[in-house]
Amino acid sequence: MSQLEIKDLHVSIGEKPIVKGLTLTIHSGEVHAIMGPNGTGKSTLSKAIAGHPDYAITSGEVLLDGASILGQEADERARAGIFLAFQYPSEIPGVSIANFLRAAQQARMAEGEELDASAYYKRLYSKMDLLKIDRKFTSRSVNDGFSGGEKKRCEILQMAMLEPKFALMDETDSGLDIDALRIVADGVNTMRGPNLGVLLITHYQRLLDHIVPDHVHVMYDGRIVKSGDKSLALELEAKGYDWIKKELAASAA
Amino acid sequence: MSSLSDSTTLSPPVHDEATTVDHPAVGIDQTAGNFSYKVDYAFDAGTGLSEDTIRYISSVKKEAPWILEFRLAALKKFLAMPMPTHWATKDLENIDFQKIRYYLSQGQKPKRTWDEVPDDIKKTFERLGIPEQERKFLAGVEAQFDSEAAYSNIKDVVAKQGVIFVNSTEGLREHPELFKKFFGKVIPTGDNKFSALNSAVFSGGSFIYVPKGVKVAQPLQAYFRINAENFGQFERTLIIADEGAEVTYMEGCTAPKFSTSTLHSAVVELVALKGAKIQYITVQNWANNVFNLVTKRGVAHEDAEIKWIDCNIGSRLTMKYPGVVLKGERARGEVISIALANDGQHQDTGAKMIHAANNTTSNIVAKSISVGQGRSTYRGVVHIPKHLKGCKNNTECDALLINTNSRTDTYPAITVRGDKNSTQHEASVSKVSADMIFYMQQRGLTEAQAMSLAVNGFINDLARQFPMEYSVELKRLIDLEMEGSVG
Repeated sequence: MSQLEIKDLHVSIGEKPIVKGLTLTIHSGEVHAIMGPNGTGKSTLSKAIAGHPDYAITSGEVLLDGASILGQEADERARAGIFLAFQYPSEIPGVSIANFLRAAQQARMAEGEELDASAYYKRLYSKMDLLKIDRKFTSRSVNDGFSGGEKKRCEILQMAMLEPKFALMDETDSGLDIDALRIVADGVNTMRGPNLGVLLITHYQRLLDHIVPDHVHVMYDGRIVKSGDKSLALELEAKGYDWIKKELAASAA
Repeated sequence: MSSLSDSTTLSPPVHDEATTVDHPAVGIDQTAGNFSYKVDYAFDAGTGLSEDTIRYISSVKKEAPWILEFRLAALKKFLAMPMPTHWATKDLENIDFQKIRYYLSQGQKPKRTWDEVPDDIKKTFERLGIPEQERKFLAGVEAQFDSEAAYSNIKDVVAKQGVIFVNSTEGLREHPELFKKFFGKVIPTGDNKFSALNSAVFSGGSFIYVPKGVKVAQPLQAYFRINAENFGQFERTLIIADEGAEVTYMEGCTAPKFSTSTLHSAVVELVALKGAKIQYITVQNWANNVFNLVTKRGVAHEDAEIKWIDCNIGSRLTMKYPGVVLKGERARGEVISIALANDGQHQDTGAKMIHAANNTTSNIVAKSISVGQGRSTYRGVVHIPKHLKGCKNNTECDALLINTNSRTDTYPAITVRGDKNSTQHEASVSKVSADMIFYMQQRGLTEAQAMSLAVNGFINDLARQFPMEYSVELKRLIDLEMEGSVG
């Protein structure tokens, strides 16, 4: 049982504050959704937690099982169990998915320890079967010339192989047609369980029709301004983000 | 100048432990080749270059008079020719030819078994893994230590087919009728200033003859090791594949890192007669104080094929443009080139394809990687004259920049005349972006591992053309380079 605690987090890009005091705790087994209008700091939050060097954490804390991860490089955080499913995954020409994942697994082993190649492929193929991914897929270069749907499929496969404690899914649904959306949702639902905590970042309700969240948070201007259960997402869908803005304006007045 | 000693008895090494030279400040990891053992040389031409130097080299080699004449004429040419600095880097002017030692050896006759190789030299090659590679996958090995081969051997089964694999001294002495015909013909002495220098002071290198129809299944390998400081290595290689013959030759090279510069200036001539195939593979990992100025060219006759696979990782400055003269109809030439320029290094590499017969084809694929302040230059010549028909050339140059201050330049000179020939040229420059590195780090790879993987991915399609053992070695060298380039 793990927990990821985000405490009064402030994040800036350059001089500009983007996340302005966000607090949220996620436990293993839970799926949290963060919704909000564009430009409100959702993606910044996920990249800052993952350790992107361009995102400066100016105050606050991020604790994984009680220990701060903020002093760690991005790769140390990854090996500690933080996985970021990218909105725009990078292409790595010439590096096959199989070799990339193999390198990622090898990086998790102690110095001098060699990955057992046949056990690795066995595991890779079983995950691919589970996610209904064609065997040929992993001989292609990582994201190189992939369609939007293939890129997301690649992210999901990596997540399945790396078995993180917490997955931050950044706008995973953006630009996907309904079939691709289902691939992502099926993948997350397959992996959902007591050992995985998920933070779903999304602009739209439609992803939440397929991945039903335990908690829904509305983010606005760098903070969580409203939390609730899955019904909050439906309410947002019906009333739109203006509803939140008006509520905030009313409470501020 | 030291006296001409016939003594081959060696005084014992001063100390037994290898001196590992400190890593250079730029952080390039040269651990594999960066060591030197104290060696006592029985033959030393001293420092500086004059007619006496050449007479000394020629006399210890007991050469025929025509070779001494050839050398002396070459020296005159070398002295008369200007440095090619109008198009090349000014760094060439930093070479002081009077501060270089032109000939150092323990003797002129290579040993046929490793047991006979003197201990102080043998342990260098053992540390570099040469005897082990020989056992595993090579048809023959020549291991050159400074000026001369310390070891040279060819497997019996290959020798029985009539294949000749000797050093240049032995080749010219024992088989003049075979080698004299092509020696200095593919690359004339006056081709450039450094081919003239090599022609004057050459020592070592391989002379290979593969008889008609003989296909040598395993590669022949030469390993060139520079051990001494302020040294110049000038090997001379000539490979002749007779009609229908096939051979693969691989060369590796390393040197320890000294504070002063070292010069490596080889001349390599290939002759592929009708229907023959020569593949020449280089994996160079010179220390980054080495000026590596090499002339490599082959002549492909009718239906013959010459392929250069040229991989340049180390050195301070490399200038090397392997070429193929497509002399016979349907001849094919190919250059696959990989260059990695780290901080303080300039890889000025490329290819030359001279089409001189109908229906000849050439292919150039060059990939360069520039890291930090490293600079890579592609320089190529493709020449298809107007009177020919059915000639084809394909040229691809891709550059990868690791940092924003890295530099890459491309100078492709493609002259295709007449309307019955075709060429295509593609060039690209890409960058390893911060986002790409972050993406890989987010999967758990360290920054250095991420860089390495990106670079290996970039050259992956070319590395796959290497024999397995060499592509593994190439990957290892890139890992080491990238490890040193971050953090």
